Amino acid sequence: MPETGQAKSIAPEGGKPYPQSPLGYPSSLLASGETYESVTDTIGSIVLTKKQPPGWLLGFSVAFLLLMLFFAAVSWLFYKGVGIWGINIPVAWGFAIVNFVWWIGIGHAGTFISAILLLLHQKWRTSINRFTEAMTLFAVACAGMFPLLHLGRPWVFFWILPYPDTMGLWPQFRSPLVWDVFAVSTYFTVSLIFWYVGLIPDLATLRDRAATRGKQLIYGVLALGWRGSARHWQRHQMAYLLLAGLATPLVLSVHSVVSFDFSVAMLPGWHSTIFPPYFVAGAIFSGFAMVLNIIIPVRKIYHLENIITMRHLNNAANVMLATGMMVAYGYIMEAFMAWYSGDIFEQYMMANRALGPYGWVFWLLMLFNVLAPQALWSRRVRTNVVALFFVALSVNIGMWVERFVIVITSLHRDFVPSSWGMFYPTVWDWATLFGSVGLFLTLLFIFIRFLPMISITEVRELVAEKKEGKE
Amino acid sequence: MSQKLHGLMAEFEDHAQVVEAARRAHETGYRCMDAYTPFPVEGLPEALGSRRTAVPRIVLTGGIIGAVGGYFMEWYSMAVDYPINIGGRPFNSWPAYIPITFELTVLCAAISAIVGMLALNCLPQPHHPVFNVPGFERASTDRFFLCIEASDPKFEPSVTRQFLESLQPNSVKEVEE
Repeated sequence: MPETGQAKSIAPEGGKPYPQSPLGYPSSLLASGETYESVTDTIGSIVLTKKQPPGWLLGFSVAFLLLMLFFAAVSWLFYKGVGIWGINIPVAWGFAIVNFVWWIGIGHAGTFISAILLLLHQKWRTSINRFTEAMTLFAVACAGMFPLLHLGRPWVFFWILPYPDTMGLWPQFRSPLVWDVFAVSTYFTVSLIFWYVGLIPDLATLRDRAATRGKQLIYGVLALGWRGSARHWQRHQMAYLLLAGLATPLVLSVHSVVSFDFSVAMLPGWHSTIFPPYFVAGAIFSGFAMVLNIIIPVRKIYHLENIITMRHLNNAANVMLATGMMVAYGYIMEAFMAWYSGDIFEQYMMANRALGPYGWVFWLLMLFNVLAPQALWSRRVRTNVVALFFVALSVNIGMWVERFVIVITSLHRDFVPSSWGMFYPTVWDWATLFGSVGLFLTLLFIFIRFLPMISITEVRELVAEKKEGKE
Repeated sequence: MSQKLHGLMAEFEDHAQVVEAARRAHETGYRCMDAYTPFPVEGLPEALGSRRTAVPRIVLTGGIIGAVGGYFMEWYSMAVDYPINIGGRPFNSWPAYIPITFELTVLCAAISAIVGMLALNCLPQPHHPVFNVPGFERASTDRFFLCIEASDPKFEPSVTRQFLESLQPNSVKEVEE
């Protein structure tokens, strides 16, 4: 389905639905004719003056209902304990850990786009970085909740932090689970700092454009008195660049540390050196899928096709295809190493994964994560928003299924057949999963409503470059 | 004039103009001045005579504190304060301490980046005289300003005004304290 709305807003060149390079790829990062004023207005007015479109209210309502489901599920959990979930021995790590790893992975695209693409001078990050950074924060917030919920006694969660307690004990710093606490909390804090530093100049723009006293005050306080001084910009840009440099190894370390939770254990199916790189590739894969799943409806609802162009979507789809191939390579290597190791437990694990009681989940994974993304080889799919949306959705589901396969099929049959068992999720498992989606989306809708979802400053830089004919 | 003067401010249409204006002002000998732009303009801080910033050194210091502090915490707690034999590993099993040392390095460096940047910029600052200038709100949208401050030894209201007007700005306005 060609986009009719976009064809109207971006000047079609020679009857094409979007500006194209001589080879037919989408070429434009910004529609022609945009000025400093027009981009500021397009992005700023969503927050300041425009009435929210019906899509926002509808989306927010659904998200809010799911959030209530989350609260209900968590309240019941705190009242009754983790027995309301399907976890037991041997599968003691159920949905909570699957969801944790899934959300952390989704949280990787933001920093990847913001930091790594900034260092690589990829201009196309500009229109989507703010949005994906917010996505990162909210996804990591969702992720961080699951290990806490999974604790039998969540009210003593702080025992895992190093502080001079009355018991005279310290956390075990040799344990990957303790590394995880540091990795996730550092990742959240650094992402928040990075996001806020980028936001300060835009908050000043909102302060200067706000019409009511209340808005001026709130945005004014948040902007910290930013006045666009050249000397301030110099330090701001230096700090931003250094934060990008710090976030780059960080983003690669976080999912590596998460993968250590598994690979340091002796369990067949977990104890594997390919885990860190394969987890990181999977994280970026699912992160970009979530970016596409959210940005496609949002650009439609808010008519942002001039700023988030087809080229952005095409590039995101390319990254998804590349990381998807790395993940597929990971699957192949897991199977190959299981056979090549000569270890009967590893070999049995692989056979059981594909043909055992959870075999259908494994084949679903192959369908969602390996087969479906192959459609992205076609440029027609990459530039068709509906098709792209569904491929991304398939990847998001697929990555959740992948974590299910890793966690549950590895645990349910280990070395001794007498300790084998099955895991069946309960209604509360599902309620917590969908509820966390509600939490994520609620935060995202609130963000869209109250903060500029695209970096106005950086889009202005694109305008300036376009003026100089450099794009 | 009832109010004390903070400086004179010229408004420009384009970022290239303000860089040129800043360069000319610096050549003429003005030192206490600042430019205000809606996005970071390449070459502008240099044209104003600003040197490198101290932000990288602050970040490096923060990172070193994080690294040393993080490792020290692990070594002290695991090898000195409460040594436990875990699978026969040495008490100071440094490879296992690297992930947390790394995380704390990044954490402390990032916190120093934002705190250092804001402190050097004297932010948060509730008010500044430049906000008194009518039309200054466009500094966060599409206008570029150069302000020569009254504290500059070379500042002379009429001469400075003449100089600024020679740069062909949209307007030259007084900035009141």
